[in-house]
Amino acid sequence: MNQTYAVAAVACVVLATVLIGALGLRISRTTSDFYVASRTVNPGLNAAAISGEYLSAASFLGIAGLVLLQGPDMLWYPVGYTAGYLVLLVLVAAPLRRSGAYTLSDFAEARLESPAVRRLASLFVVGVGWLYLLPQLQGAGLTLEILTGAPDWFGGVLVAVVVTGAVAAGGMRSITFVQAFQYWLKLTALLVPALFLLAAWAGDDAPRARFDAPAVLRQHTEVRVDDTVRIDLDAPLSVAVAGTVDGIRHEGRQTTLEEGTHRVESGTTLTFPPGADIPERASTGADPAGWSQPLAGGGDGYQLYATYGLILATFLGTMGLPHVAVRFYTSPNGRAARRTTLVVLGLIGAFYLLPPVYGALGRIYAPELALTGDADAAVLVLPERMVGGLTGDLLGALLAGGAFAAFLSTASGLTISVAGVLTQDVLPSRGVRHFRLATVLAMAVPLAVSLVAADVPVADAVGLAFAVSASSFCPLLVLGIWWRRLTPPGAAAGLVTGGGTALTAVMATRAGLAPEGWPHTLMAWPAVWSVPLGFLTMILVSLVTPRHTPPGAAAILTRLHLPEDLAARPPCEGARR
Amino acid sequence: MTGTALAALGAAAAALLAAGFALGRVTARRAAGSGPDPGTPVERATFHTLHTASLAAPPLRAGLTEDTARKAARPLRSLLGTRALCLTDRVTVLAWDGIGADHHRERVMHRVGDVLESGRSQSVRTGCDDPECPLRWAVIAPLTGEEGVLGTLVAYGPGESAVLVRAATEVARWVSVQLELAELDCSRTRLIEAEIRALRAQISPHFIFNSLAAIASFVRTDPERARELLLEFADFTRYSFRRHGDFTHLADELRCIEQYLALAGARFGDRLKVTLQIAPEVLPVALPFLCLQPLVENAVKHGMEDAGRVCRVSISARDAGSEAVVTIEDDGVGMDPAELRRILAREADHSSGIGLSNVDERLRQVYGDDHGLVIETGVGAGMKITVRIPKYRAGVHSQPGGS
Repeated sequence: MNQTYAVAAVACVVLATVLIGALGLRISRTTSDFYVASRTVNPGLNAAAISGEYLSAASFLGIAGLVLLQGPDMLWYPVGYTAGYLVLLVLVAAPLRRSGAYTLSDFAEARLESPAVRRLASLFVVGVGWLYLLPQLQGAGLTLEILTGAPDWFGGVLVAVVVTGAVAAGGMRSITFVQAFQYWLKLTALLVPALFLLAAWAGDDAPRARFDAPAVLRQHTEVRVDDTVRIDLDAPLSVAVAGTVDGIRHEGRQTTLEEGTHRVESGTTLTFPPGADIPERASTGADPAGWSQPLAGGGDGYQLYATYGLILATFLGTMGLPHVAVRFYTSPNGRAARRTTLVVLGLIGAFYLLPPVYGALGRIYAPELALTGDADAAVLVLPERMVGGLTGDLLGALLAGGAFAAFLSTASGLTISVAGVLTQDVLPSRGVRHFRLATVLAMAVPLAVSLVAADVPVADAVGLAFAVSASSFCPLLVLGIWWRRLTPPGAAAGLVTGGGTALTAVMATRAGLAPEGWPHTLMAWPAVWSVPLGFLTMILVSLVTPRHTPPGAAAILTRLHLPEDLAARPPCEGARR
Repeated sequence: MTGTALAALGAAAAALLAAGFALGRVTARRAAGSGPDPGTPVERATFHTLHTASLAAPPLRAGLTEDTARKAARPLRSLLGTRALCLTDRVTVLAWDGIGADHHRERVMHRVGDVLESGRSQSVRTGCDDPECPLRWAVIAPLTGEEGVLGTLVAYGPGESAVLVRAATEVARWVSVQLELAELDCSRTRLIEAEIRALRAQISPHFIFNSLAAIASFVRTDPERARELLLEFADFTRYSFRRHGDFTHLADELRCIEQYLALAGARFGDRLKVTLQIAPEVLPVALPFLCLQPLVENAVKHGMEDAGRVCRVSISARDAGSEAVVTIEDDGVGMDPAELRRILAREADHSSGIGLSNVDERLRQVYGDDHGLVIETGVGAGMKITVRIPKYRAGVHSQPGGS
């Protein structure tokens, strides 16, 4: 792959982001024309901004990687990521906007009139934000490593530095324009190469991707294994090995590996003849590639359960993502918020048609990625593999730029919302300087963790953030908006039980502490039990503490549900501030 | 692989621990919890009493209602150490804490009548029919405000006790002080409300005269413009004189500023140049009604004081995380900082000052002391006013405007 083009593309994306962020406002709004200056953000622009912020590395790289690894069952991921907005549209969007809340902790305070619940909600906002930032940074590391051969920590640090710098310096003033630009950039970056790749695929007599059998290599392929892996063979396999397999050193001679499990040490190069089956990577509990295994294969029970876990987490988790919630504040009223969500559904739906195409093509043209564990790179290597030449390089560069836009936009949106919550609820006093400090803190923690933690497929890692969000904020938002008897103790108990257990399960899985078998599956896909647990705790505790129902609950629910211009004017409360 | 993961978990745990430690330090400092030396038993009892009293104070500071009485009753009862305690207003029982609510509660109002009349404490028999009931005697103490007796505090005991009478009277007096403070808060709020009304009234004489004169000058030469200006004038006055709601959207306040500037522009012509830089993200922010327009008016006034010169006013609103930052800048005559300080402290009698100090006070009242006006100025150096408005604050939400 031509590094110069890729580096130039990434640099262009970074530069364009910073420039639009800093100057976009100046160009578009410096005028003495009030009419132009005081026009609110229209639903189309806001929807593009929400989509730009939402479509992260998990969508841009991760889904294609998972489809390559596990096949069409993984299409639940894009379906879930999109359908989350349907739930958001129906249940939450307009009332959340009418509550006047900026962050989710603001909503908790507005609805329950309790500073304690607010602080608790803030902890979860920060937790979910960090869980979500982590895969962004790791994905950036992977992308730069593949494009330029830089060490794998470099990409993460680069994204962290650019985002922290831009946000802390106040450079993200016109964040809406930046994010909307990122959406269209990402869509273009995925759409244009996809057209070229499909043309190349059609020119190649349109071979079918095989998901039910091991993938077959189409040409003579060298695979370098960077991490030690165990492979399962169903039939003897003849390969040339340079390195160590099963503890025996080979020096590039042709060897036949027998049926069964083999251990391939890191640094080994396997050379496959054309037409060879790519061996399956053996799964273990601690092995990241084995994570979504239950979803694709394994026992029937596991598969069904994991699919439901994924569906629940993504359908219900979207509403609780910190960077999504804050964007609704930009809508002028509840109606506009609802319209915005509708447009988001369209934009995101259109985008998600593309990654599965890359996944299927990757299964045909780059199946060895399944063995090395770099399946997330499928999107990036395909142009070189299928088109080649200058065109391939340019398309690869476009994809690299798009992938970087994905890291930058999601990371900056998350950083801003996490930093906002940190300044408001964690740091002792407020002010512009503290916002900068909070920005650094918001990015430093996930960066530090990303440098030491093991790589996990990005789509899976993002799924964990969704699970925590679905178990904590979904009950809070849905019950807060639709159930007048919710009390602060109930909300607090539900947040701690639902969100807390999900968080614990997720952290334990990431640390590799979960035992094999059902416990592992239960902990890796906690949403199935933790979401009902959160709802149930919130309802039961609220029912036994009816005395704590906030006094203004009826007035707040009225405000949440009536259109702004119909809402009754509340009586002036003189004695209160 | 598990090793690095464990290391990651360890790092996360360490970060959490550090955050928890910092949080604990902050809350500890705020709560001023017990130090390493607990003191003598007497001192400890004093601390305990003071702490219990401080728990009852915040609800009482919001006035005497069913909700605040319920919150205050429990600490007050533990302060007195009785089995039951009751708070009433002049007509009904507000809160009952402790035992015996089932059969004593409805009788209370018959017994407190005398105290409400006289305003003096009484110790009376409860006359309870249930021989098992430990509530034999009740001490009824009046709660007084500025306008006489507001209600009563009733403490129950097993027998007649001078100590209980004394303690209940003292506690009732302490509660009365809190209620008077609540009334004081209330009257301070009323004062500010009166000032907002004054601010609305203040708009009228000069501004109306000047605007009408400017409009009149266009009636013959440019009737279409005169008509537009009259409509602007109508909208401006409708917004400024609107009666309901303390809060508005930044977008509505900007529209009001636009109308103001259109009218001022008609009067000053090309001498007034306005630059705007508004981030669309902050337009939905809710803020106190009429808290930016006086600042713009102030800027225009300062700019126009030096006749014959072009005045530039620039207004910007930008997005800064969880806040919106609005700055209003002019290149006019500026002001001596010492003079400005006196205006904001309400020591100087300055005609244009009431706008500035009123805005400053309202912002501090709504958002807290670190959200007041920040003004940079000097004689002849223009003036720059910065306002930081949080995007969300409990209790701040705008009602739809009339426009």
